[in-house]
Amino acid sequence: MASIWEYANPRKFIATANRLLPWVGGLACVALLVGLIWGFFLTPDDYRQGSTVKIIYLHVPSALMAINGWFMMLVASLIWLVRRHHVSALAARAAAPVGAVMTLIALITGAIWGQPMWGTWWAWDPRLTSFLILFLFYLGYIALWAAIEDDDTAADLTSILCIVGSVFAVLSRYAVDFWNQGLHQGASLSMDRADHVANVFYFPLLVCMSGFVLLFVALVLLRTQTEIRARRMRALLARERMA
Amino acid sequence: MNALLIRDLRLAVRAGGGFGLGLSFFLILVALIPFGVGPETELLARIAPGILWVGALLSCLLSLDRIFALDYEDGSLDLLATAPLPLEAVVAVKALVHWLTTGVPLTLAAPVLGVLLNLPWPGHLWLMASLALGTPALSMIGAFGAALTVGLKRGGLLLSLLVLPLYVPTLIFGAEVARRGAAGMALETPLLVLAGVSLATLALLPFAAAAVLRVNLR
Repeated sequence: MASIWEYANPRKFIATANRLLPWVGGLACVALLVGLIWGFFLTPDDYRQGSTVKIIYLHVPSALMAINGWFMMLVASLIWLVRRHHVSALAARAAAPVGAVMTLIALITGAIWGQPMWGTWWAWDPRLTSFLILFLFYLGYIALWAAIEDDDTAADLTSILCIVGSVFAVLSRYAVDFWNQGLHQGASLSMDRADHVANVFYFPLLVCMSGFVLLFVALVLLRTQTEIRARRMRALLARERMA
Repeated sequence: MNALLIRDLRLAVRAGGGFGLGLSFFLILVALIPFGVGPETELLARIAPGILWVGALLSCLLSLDRIFALDYEDGSLDLLATAPLPLEAVVAVKALVHWLTTGVPLTLAAPVLGVLLNLPWPGHLWLMASLALGTPALSMIGAFGAALTVGLKRGGLLLSLLVLPLYVPTLIFGAEVARRGAAGMALETPLLVLAGVSLATLALLPFAAAAVLRVNLR
């Protein structure tokens, strides 16, 4: 069995990603189509929330990917710092804008959902606030990547920022709990108590969540490929200029 | 270490622009708030702890890029990096100097500005205590941010974008201590957590900042 680190070879990574992408992308499309159509049209309205409950099919999966996107960046950064695989650093770079957009989707759908339910677009609730802070972390991370010209320096600095940022993001998450009591409900899903959300909503939600996960993986694979190719192109151009 | 501390303090005091600027900015910021929200004293008293904390935080931000930038430009940072003193200690001393030249004056000035904002009396004491405990963390986090952006030509704006989200926990607990102090409520919990945040920051971030500096000096 080949070691997983073989995929750190850019050539091998691109080849594998090429083979995986149609499948992951296709499955993401199917899961999202099925999940969203099932969720939007084939589930009953909630008896208290009416049809607004259906925004859950966008809100919860995007929030899930916003957090896991950052977590993936953290793991990729650690791999870069420890093993110096360029693909890992580029994957972290590729994931950042996707994660930022997921955070934004979660914030916006949350606002749209909050307006009819809580009577306000925005409340300084711990969960909302910590997502806003997470979004700021994403922005800083992306800005730092964009600001540094040398690729390896940028990879090192952003990796360390990602690690320090993770610590502070977790700290902020609990700090805001202390700072204000929330309107937001607790976890909608958990392994042992699936009764938080009724089963009619639960299964389409699971499909939507897997769709978002697949979509995230597909986008990150695609963007990592693009980053690798862009870097190769820059290297080629530099070599031509030297010649 | 002492030599570096004295040198940096001398530079900060004699070169000017360091703490004078931060303090004036703090004063102006606090003076602008009543123009923005109106002069009612009850309202000002209620928001005073928060305003003073945010003001101190922004004034702190103002002088961050000077922590390493000047030494980086004239090459003395390279010398410091090759000196027998570990780079972590250099970072810690730089953060200490930043704190001595901004954090301490801000802490001392805050109660005076609290009078302007009609801060209730026991609040002054707790405001000072919370600032004294919290500003070292602000300086240390800022030194990390400054180390990240030291190689960039126009890193100032990026520095704020990177550092401000990291300031959130310190601000939350610091302002909470000041607010509860002003309202005469129990404040042990936020006070202890604030101290914990500060201590953890001081213990861990010099390593991150030194690692980042080494990358930037490569």
